[in-house]
Amino acid sequence: MPEAIPSTAAYLMLSGTLFAIGLVGVIIRRNMITVLMAVELMMNAVNINLVAFSHRFASLEGQVFTIFIITVAAGEAAVGLAIIIQLYRLKSTINVDEARSMNG
Amino acid sequence: MVSATILLLIPLLPALGALINGVRAAANPVTHKNRTITNAVALGSTGLSALLAAWTVITYVGGGMSSAYQHAYYTWIPAGLGHVGANGIASFAVDFAFRIDTLSCTMLLIVTWIGFLIHVYATGYMAHEEGYTRFFTYLNLFMFMMLLLVLGANYMVMFVGWEGVGLCSYLLIGFYYDKNFAADAGKKAFVANRIGDFGFVLGIFLIFNTFGTADYGKVFALASANPAAYAGIATTICVLLFVGACGKSAQIPLYVWLPDAMAGPTPVSALIHAATMVTAGVYMVVRSNVLFRLSPDAMLVVAVVGAVTAIFAATIGIAQNDIKKVLAYSTVSQLGFMFLAAGVGAFTAAIFHVMTHAFFKACLFLGAGSVIHGCGGEQDMRKMGGLRKYMPKTRMTMLIACIAIAGFPPLAGFFSKDEILATTFEHHGFLYFLGMVAATCTAFYMFRLYFMTFSGDYRAAHVEGHPESEPEHAGHDVIPSHPHLDDGDIHSDKAHGHHVEAHDPHESPWSMTGVLWVLAILAVIGGFVGIPEMFGGAHPTIFQRWLSPVLLPLGGERFEFPEASRMQEALLILSSVAVATLGWFIAFVLYKKDSAFARATRLRLRFAFLHRLLENKYYVDEFYNFVFVGGTLAFSRALSWFDAHIIDGIVNGVRHLTVILFGHGSSLFDKYVVDGAVNGVGYSARGGSRLFRKMQSGFVQNYALVMAGGIVLVAAVYLFTKP
Repeated sequence: MPEAIPSTAAYLMLSGTLFAIGLVGVIIRRNMITVLMAVELMMNAVNINLVAFSHRFASLEGQVFTIFIITVAAGEAAVGLAIIIQLYRLKSTINVDEARSMNG
Repeated sequence: MVSATILLLIPLLPALGALINGVRAAANPVTHKNRTITNAVALGSTGLSALLAAWTVITYVGGGMSSAYQHAYYTWIPAGLGHVGANGIASFAVDFAFRIDTLSCTMLLIVTWIGFLIHVYATGYMAHEEGYTRFFTYLNLFMFMMLLLVLGANYMVMFVGWEGVGLCSYLLIGFYYDKNFAADAGKKAFVANRIGDFGFVLGIFLIFNTFGTADYGKVFALASANPAAYAGIATTICVLLFVGACGKSAQIPLYVWLPDAMAGPTPVSALIHAATMVTAGVYMVVRSNVLFRLSPDAMLVVAVVGAVTAIFAATIGIAQNDIKKVLAYSTVSQLGFMFLAAGVGAFTAAIFHVMTHAFFKACLFLGAGSVIHGCGGEQDMRKMGGLRKYMPKTRMTMLIACIAIAGFPPLAGFFSKDEILATTFEHHGFLYFLGMVAATCTAFYMFRLYFMTFSGDYRAAHVEGHPESEPEHAGHDVIPSHPHLDDGDIHSDKAHGHHVEAHDPHESPWSMTGVLWVLAILAVIGGFVGIPEMFGGAHPTIFQRWLSPVLLPLGGERFEFPEASRMQEALLILSSVAVATLGWFIAFVLYKKDSAFARATRLRLRFAFLHRLLENKYYVDEFYNFVFVGGTLAFSRALSWFDAHIIDGIVNGVRHLTVILFGHGSSLFDKYVVDGAVNGVGYSARGGSRLFRKMQSGFVQNYALVMAGGIVLVAAVYLFTKP
């Protein structure tokens, strides 16, 4: 065992803070690329959670999951950016407010 | 005794410099002001780091160098503690640790000191550029990553540095990011490196799986104590590691990114793409020499790839007209020599050549930068000539570096290249032959570059009537290859945007020529540490003895440096001097005696096909573009077609089928009974939804807000109602 395991609470607080920052970013930002980045931030907050618990319970599963999530997130970012490019071609803007043709 | 704190400061100082300059660059991206602060931070951090590196090496040598000094700062990856896997591997724990031994000392001194010199040079070269602070941020970040790479005590720390230098290389190739060719070259480097890194990381996994650790000391101790047990798996490990080295050090088949990387500013080409980063692959192979020596097959792969790359790139270098392209292919070729050395077991010669190559190639690149700077951003050698008059200091230093790389005694390149070729001769006759041909080409294209640039008359004014640019035999105009690469070929440093108006070339400021002189002097004296017995040295040479602690014995059998007979050694030296002279002589006849290049033009017309093949780099870029880029595009088009025709077809078919089977038969029932009911429901739903449809605003962020609110609500209910 290592010298002293730092309290998991610290990691969780960091993760919670990051998640909140990401959530606020998703809700208030109008630039779609920034929104995508904020989504990534939320996802990484979740990753920190997983790693923190993996460390706490001395098991590798959480970290394996994290690696998977990072891999999938790369694909997700690629798709997201492709959508943004298509939107830009269609509307000549990446402001999320312009993309609301599905309103009721 | 080596101090752990000082050792840690060596990489941390450039990191700190990158941080400070990075914040300043982000706050003020285009300013020309406050360059003094940028200089102080960038030069101060790298200079101090270089001094500390020298101090560390002195204390290590003073401490007797009895064993490697290793210090673990903290447990970096304490994953899976107490978790015992199926093969008895206790845990995956990696320390953030640094290691000082003779190999890392050598690399440490090269990286910090050459890096510092190039930082000084860049203050002159980049003086008129926008993004000055951003440039030094990247350069300092590169120093940090490169130092992690060479100081790391296990493969994981090395991998962090390995990826980090790749990132910095990408950022600096694409430094002129508003130019398409630069951005594309950056992407190309990134993708090619990613393929190599994939192999490297698999190799590291396999090392961990086999030895249960990624620590150099432990891995090599296990392997050297029991060679027979690991000989089988070593082949796979080494080939995977070598794939990584191929990507980073630009070997066939992944070399294609390095010539394009010349789109970056010239100090970057000198520091990253000649002296330091591209030699990381050689360092890694030499670092893993114990594993490679376990597997003769892997060694043969390394040697063959190295030799073939050496001659392949050297022949391309003959036919290039862009001064930086010649140097880029020369670098690929010289890296091939280093791998050839490692592959035939001359690990010390490989590192020796890394060192001497860092001196003369950095000098050549910086000299080329000085030429480009002086000629107002021109890179085409056909538009140079006669610069001897205008830039005497640049000319002298480049001449010295040319002699050194061509392999004339007693300059640095002679000793290292001769050691490589001599060892190759012992092992493999054909590879020796390839090496000799490559060495001839090296001498030829280097002196071709020198004569075209510095001899004769300045040609920028009357280039139109020049035989070399007549359209019928300028391959560029005839062959439509992909546009961005060609764009990068000749015009790349047009982005280096000062003095666009035509005027006489001028000598560069002292900050540039001073650095050139230091490097030229190093290119003269740098080889003496590896002076062979024949010239009054010893056997093994000083440099071989210095590095021998890294070459661990295999199963109790010590590593022996091959010793040739006097006669054979003399013959080998004579023949390598002879091929260098031959290369020089051809260049002299074609480009110096005949300053209109009439002979060269005739020769080129005679062998038009061959010349076109070489000028277009064997069409490898076109081939890769067709097979890989085209293949990916075709695959995604096929998927798109599959979606539009098959998937949509199935969906539409089901609809048609439904209409045919049920639609007509039941239409009457449908019309009156079902429709009546449905419309009734529909009318009531519409009435009801009139109220709620306002919620469907179309603003995605509203939905996100409602969702987040809902989650908070559910969580709150759960938390407060929990017993």
